[in-house]
Amino acid sequence: MVYLDNSATTRQYDEVTDLMYKVAKDDFGNPSSLHSLGFEAGNILYDARRQIEELLPPAGNVIFTSGGTEGDNMALLSSARKLRRRGKRIITTKVEHPAVLETCKRLKEDGFEVVFLDVDVDGYVEEQVVKAALDENTIIVSIMAVNNEVGTIEPVIPVGRTVREYNRKHGTDIMFHTDAVQAFGKLPLDDTDADLISASAHKFHGPKGMGFIYMKKRHSLPPYIIGGGQEGGFRSSTENTPGIAGMGLAAKMACSDLIMKTSRMGIVNNYLLNGLRAEIKDIMVNGPEELGYTLHEHGRRCPGVLNVSFEGTRGEVLLHTLEQDGIYVSTGSACSSNKTGDSHVLQAMSMTHKEIEGALRFSFSEFNTVEEMDYVIDRTKIAVERFRRLGSFR
Amino acid sequence: MEKNLYIVRCGEVALKGMNKPYFERVLLERVKNALSCYEDASAKWIDGLMFVRVPSDIPEDEVISKCVRVFGVASVSPAVEAPKDINEIGRMAAEFMQKVIETEDIKTFKVKGKRADKSFAVESPEIARQVGGMVLKACKVLSVNVHNPDCVLTVDVRREGAYIFRDKIRGFGGLPLGTNGKGLILMSGGIDSPVAAFMMAKRGMSIEAVHFHSYPYTSQRAQRKVEELVKTLAGYMGTVRMHVINLLPIQEEIVKNCPEDETTLLVRRFMMRIAEQIALKNGCMMLITGEDLGQVASQTAEALVVTDSVVEMPVMRPLIAMDKVDIMDKAREIGTYDISIQPYEDCCTVFLPKHPVTKPKKDRIERSESALDVETLVKNAVESEEIVEIRP
Repeated sequence: MVYLDNSATTRQYDEVTDLMYKVAKDDFGNPSSLHSLGFEAGNILYDARRQIEELLPPAGNVIFTSGGTEGDNMALLSSARKLRRRGKRIITTKVEHPAVLETCKRLKEDGFEVVFLDVDVDGYVEEQVVKAALDENTIIVSIMAVNNEVGTIEPVIPVGRTVREYNRKHGTDIMFHTDAVQAFGKLPLDDTDADLISASAHKFHGPKGMGFIYMKKRHSLPPYIIGGGQEGGFRSSTENTPGIAGMGLAAKMACSDLIMKTSRMGIVNNYLLNGLRAEIKDIMVNGPEELGYTLHEHGRRCPGVLNVSFEGTRGEVLLHTLEQDGIYVSTGSACSSNKTGDSHVLQAMSMTHKEIEGALRFSFSEFNTVEEMDYVIDRTKIAVERFRRLGSFR
Repeated sequence: MEKNLYIVRCGEVALKGMNKPYFERVLLERVKNALSCYEDASAKWIDGLMFVRVPSDIPEDEVISKCVRVFGVASVSPAVEAPKDINEIGRMAAEFMQKVIETEDIKTFKVKGKRADKSFAVESPEIARQVGGMVLKACKVLSVNVHNPDCVLTVDVRREGAYIFRDKIRGFGGLPLGTNGKGLILMSGGIDSPVAAFMMAKRGMSIEAVHFHSYPYTSQRAQRKVEELVKTLAGYMGTVRMHVINLLPIQEEIVKNCPEDETTLLVRRFMMRIAEQIALKNGCMMLITGEDLGQVASQTAEALVVTDSVVEMPVMRPLIAMDKVDIMDKAREIGTYDISIQPYEDCCTVFLPKHPVTKPKKDRIERSESALDVETLVKNAVESEEIVEIRP
């Protein structure tokens, strides 16, 4: 099996599975209980939180969530609630994940003014475009760190600086949120200048149904889930101790030797692209050509993703052809592949319907190898040729 | 254990003359089978009505929904059995109505008396009058309205006892399953074919299904959707055997060798041929399709003539003269609509020509087809079938 759908989800580390089993079996106390079993469970939370906080910018807290979607919802809804009297303008981009886009649409219905910024043909939003959209009515800026469909590294670093300067100059308190679901575990995030960062454990070999949000210490937002006061009162609900322990370990493992791992991922990524180009005619990379290895190299492509259009084919048919060879990829985004209609990201990049229809996304993890790519290139070539010979009339 | 009584009425079965005992026996089997999940449920015919008894801890709605799904059942009524004594009948009728007014807002009623057993001393109008009087006495909130009552209570005095009932929950009617041979439905994932299968089954025909896909041009999810549809149908007709066939090898040959605008029609002809082979092997005497005159290019009158001409077996098209909206309503009624509208590609839409022929000529199509080794293609397809058994 060659699993190249790591932007949809990843295989959980065995060590994480073992740890979760142990915690579920032995350390089942409620962290809120006063007895020693509860205390032990509390220690597990403490350790996991430290493990994750070490990988993020200083002076921030980590709050555990049920995943990336909850983190995005929380960041936007709680910030909007807090700042709704001060202003109404929310700035985001057209290429965000639905967890951000749909939440913004809801806020728009609730009376907020939402600006969906355009991107260029690489899916990149220019820093100046963001800057030009800022005004004193603005309360939130939300821009993803890495795009999930094409891998574009967005200008999170300069925009963070811009927002901070704007706040200082105009006495505003605009919140800057970044959806780092595709970035965490792929690119270092410890120098991100954001107020809120959301991430999801199953994208970095952790458990599904777990995520976290990072919040700068000086902020306090109204609670998102109301109840018994867990997570500093911000997100009530008895903590998912096995999930949290698993996420902590997965974060630590994914980010150890990160530079080495992403460099290797970049080699695999480029090897695949070069191989496809050499073997198959009329293909097009969607997103930036060059790879980038930190958030400072914005405008480049994260080594975790390679999105390619095979002219005159249909991605879905290629996908089902490749799955017979044990190769798993996706068309656009796995979350939307059940929906009819074209990917909103590829549309925002001014791609034609034909180009979008022929798009496949290969997404990598630290486990993929160059040898695997030889096989993938070979099988993809056969699948594309077969399709092109036959066509599908539309 | 105490049991509740349900009276099941048959529709057309009663009209079957000499064959009536046969139809009644089959219908009884079908009803028993529908209730076989309950221990101690029983059913028997007495003088043209079926008496079903089910342990009283089983919810009434559940029993009724199981009975009305049996083809051949015209209606079902939960009933109470009373001794053949007018005072006892009146007492139990009053009790029955007291329960009704506890849960429903009913102000007026009337009693309808029936006396099938002429040896019973009280005549029908008098049964109605006396029982009505006793109900009135017991239920102060009620008054009689003979023209437009909220509720009609029927008292039916028969040879073996007296029966009190009120609602008649309608069934689908039709004829008991299995009394009209076996047919093979060409099952796509669309709205029409499940309705077509349902309608033929309702007339007593046992059903097998054949489904064509074009994997990898279609996905496994598309097939799962078809299985969901058949599972819904199995709720009416019991376990259904579905033959699954990958049509892609044939589609590839057609695309390579034949004119583009004839693709759909040529594919349809292959489907019919393959279906006929499967039908013959499995004891099906007819093919069934969900075609609807003029709905799409392959369903024009000319196209139907051209597809029909490749098989000898009769092809049933129960929807042929229905309007799409009516088919959709029927699909909603039988519970297949919401499954059918899930958006998955099916094998008919994969190689859809931009401008399909709508008035094909048989000789031209046959000429195009002569570029293909029809016999071998059909044989290979039939041999590659996979069979899935789909339970309700």
